[in-house]
Amino acid sequence: MSPEAGIPAGYYLLLAAALFSIGVVGVLVRRNMIVIFMCIELMLNAVNLTLVAFSRINGNLEGQVLSFFVMVVAAAEVTVGLALIVNLFRLRASIDADDADRLRL
Amino acid sequence: MTAATMLLAQAAEQSTSGAAEFWVFWLLAPLSLAAAVSVVLLKNPVHASLMLVVNFFTFAVFYAILQGQFLATIQVIVYAGAIMILFLFVLMLLGVDRAGEQGPGKVKGQKVAAILMGSALFIALTATVAGPFMGTDSACNSSPAVQESIAAQGGEARPCIGLEQLNADENGGNVAQIGRLLFIDYVWPFEVTSVLLVIAAIGAMVLGKRNDRLSELVDVGTADAPGVPHLVEGTTPAGELADDTDDTTDETGDLAREGQS
Repeated sequence: MSPEAGIPAGYYLLLAAALFSIGVVGVLVRRNMIVIFMCIELMLNAVNLTLVAFSRINGNLEGQVLSFFVMVVAAAEVTVGLALIVNLFRLRASIDADDADRLRL
Repeated sequence: MTAATMLLAQAAEQSTSGAAEFWVFWLLAPLSLAAAVSVVLLKNPVHASLMLVVNFFTFAVFYAILQGQFLATIQVIVYAGAIMILFLFVLMLLGVDRAGEQGPGKVKGQKVAAILMGSALFIALTATVAGPFMGTDSACNSSPAVQESIAAQGGEARPCIGLEQLNADENGGNVAQIGRLLFIDYVWPFEVTSVLLVIAAIGAMVLGKRNDRLSELVDVGTADAPGVPHLVEGTTPAGELADDTDDTTDETGDLAREGQS
């Protein structure tokens, strides 16, 4: 593959798929709730990259606008999620996801 | 030379060259993947979050070369700036040293199963999403010579010329185009998003408020059915009411009355 041919859009989709899978594995493997949260952010970003790549392929900006909305929702999700984690830490003195296996104290 | 090929040549001059995109991609894609793997593997959550910042910056570059200049800027400001600061702030607030994962997990074979399922997901995504766009005719920035050879074989050269036209200076650029879409076509979702942000801000404030009185936080229950008896000061645990001689109420949080009934 020569540099002059550029990068086929599928390579970005491939990279996004790999990053999404890494995020999924991270959510399943790690038990630190903050790291799990970071892996969720990774997955959201991979989806964003897919949207932007498709926006490029289709030649319109709708994918980028959807990606913008994903970012807004991710920001809202992070504020509430981290507040929940802080509250859970106050109750259990641990941010290990395995310790949070009961709804009551 | 037809008008279409003139337009193609003009757009090829305006856009970044295919070779530049090629080298940027092959330099940053491995870095992005390595940073993502480090997020999963690094034991120290602070190191993991710094690796996530590296990953976010590579994403910003990808957005920029995919003709999403506005998103590239937002990526740096919102993700690498605001969101990562929030993550690091909470990490520091909770204490890094005790934030680690102690001991083995509760589920056996979790890591092997997770990696297997992640690989399966990757293969499925590759086959379905990325598969149809892997050919050179899907490249947006190929040089005119490559485009001509693709066109000679009956393919569609420069299939994705539309975004460069939209982002051109005479159309106001990427930001103006996204603003136009956001405030005309997608104005209702945009307004709903603002409501969502307000709710998230209020929710974070309500959740983050420190509540020292445990009785407001915990279900105290009624006199007949106490909720969490051993945690509420001034009340006798239900298990000890039933049997005064048994005083082995453990402190791990398990209710003493579970064994009694």
